[in-house]
Amino acid sequence: MQFYLPIAEVSVNIFLVLGLGGIVGILSGMFGVGGGFLLTPLLFFIGIPPAVAVATQSTQIVASSISGVLAHLQRKTVDFKMGSILVIGGLIGAGLGVILFNYLKSLGQVDLLVRLCYVVFLGVIGGLMFIESLRAMRRQKQGYTPAPRRKRGLVETLPFKMRFRTSGLYISVIPPLIVGLCVGVLSAIMGVGGGFIMIPAMIYVLHMPTKVVVGTSLYQIIFVTAFTTILHSVTSQTVDVVLAILLLLGAVIGAQFGTQIGARLKAEQLRILLATMVLLVCFKIALELLIEPTELYSISRVAILP
Amino acid sequence: MIRIVCALILFLASAAQAENIVLGMNHDEVKITANFDGSEILIFGAIKRDAPQAQGALGVIVTIVGPNERVKVRRKERKFGIWMNTDEIEVDAAPSFYAVATSMAWGDIISDTEDLRHRISIPRAIRAVDTRVTDTDLFNDALKRIRESQGKYGIYENGVILDQDTLFQTRIPMPANLTAGDYKTRIFLTRDRQVVSNFETVIDVRKVGIEEFLYTLAHEQPFLYALMSLAIAVVAGWGASAFFRMLRTQ
Repeated sequence: MQFYLPIAEVSVNIFLVLGLGGIVGILSGMFGVGGGFLLTPLLFFIGIPPAVAVATQSTQIVASSISGVLAHLQRKTVDFKMGSILVIGGLIGAGLGVILFNYLKSLGQVDLLVRLCYVVFLGVIGGLMFIESLRAMRRQKQGYTPAPRRKRGLVETLPFKMRFRTSGLYISVIPPLIVGLCVGVLSAIMGVGGGFIMIPAMIYVLHMPTKVVVGTSLYQIIFVTAFTTILHSVTSQTVDVVLAILLLLGAVIGAQFGTQIGARLKAEQLRILLATMVLLVCFKIALELLIEPTELYSISRVAILP
Repeated sequence: MIRIVCALILFLASAAQAENIVLGMNHDEVKITANFDGSEILIFGAIKRDAPQAQGALGVIVTIVGPNERVKVRRKERKFGIWMNTDEIEVDAAPSFYAVATSMAWGDIISDTEDLRHRISIPRAIRAVDTRVTDTDLFNDALKRIRESQGKYGIYENGVILDQDTLFQTRIPMPANLTAGDYKTRIFLTRDRQVVSNFETVIDVRKVGIEEFLYTLAHEQPFLYALMSLAIAVVAGWGASAFFRMLRTQ
């Protein structure tokens, strides 16, 4: 069954879009990631204009993050104070990101920017994750030895210190602001929540306890992606609410199955699988940039004349 | 999907022309609804004569032109090992849709001068191009090539069936991704490659229902639209988690 998307102005198969949402939902349930980094490229592949894919994606992430944060609220694993600092950084970053996005859109370089960001981030994250899980598997065979804890250097010496009770930290607000800002920029440009950057940053840079990391990042993602949705909608009218609804319907159902599949697999296996998938998507996008396209020209509409 | 609305039968009364076109269409409007998946316009008509038919080969040309757009055409080039957009031109006015159907081969039906005067063929229809790059022709060709592959531009030679030099009909396909607006429809009658009569009407292509509501809201009240999208997202996110929690506790 075809459905005409009012903003993207393309006709898509409803079941295809529901299915994509479902697949990404399963993955996000299995791995505990938002899945935005996989869904945006998939939307490119089915012919949604990149600008619409990125903007719409942020709406869908709001829904899935709310769903996730509610579970964490019950377990009291959300650090609101830290989360709010991250939100402030995130809002500034999202603003900058949307300005950059629209500027490059007018230059015709937004596709390139989005694709390059994907190649770089997916490549780095996927690669690191792959190596890390291989190491973890090897360690398990040899018997577990805890990794030496890193010394706290620069982060300790910065001013404007604040106490974060839930995380049990007393640190400067500057690092969380910067982390939030970077994630905000990525959220606006890549149409992702940014959990895949924020979670490692929270653990390795801010030294937050692992149990509050996921809940707090979801809390930040809700506000930043909601803000991104508003910015994209107001500045470029590229949020397609029908597409968003179809995707989130698929995603919430998929996530429930994903959680059950995830519970049956070992953590290292999950990570290797996720890393492989991330690297595959990265590879596919990189190929498109490197191989000569069959059509060198492209058209973009500036205005409809009366 | 295709409703037969025999909506339009108009007479063009003109004393100067001995041969006039009487036109009918299966619909004079195309509604872009939620399940819109392209359309096909059936245009049919007759040639009305006040005097016996003159000598010479008779031809019928039907054109449908969508709203004009200002577009940018960009070209990719390899830089630093990757393919990126480099040169671009801006086309002041390119039709978003252009279909030409003829009853004979293009060369036999109309002369170049007449084509130029009435702006019938696709190359004539794309107007004024700025000159920041030297090879603008390549960009114009690309614009036509891409739009042709999307089904937005098309020349259908021998697409018009002309019966006994009196009745004619043609079917023109329209793709799903149409730009809403007025689609100017023109029919030319030619004899010995000269236009002897023409007729103009308009097909109204517009979004209706939910499509129209969302598109207008997004463009005229973007902030409200964003809040609505977010409200839906919040309700869906919360609803999903509540629903599945309920399933699990039972």
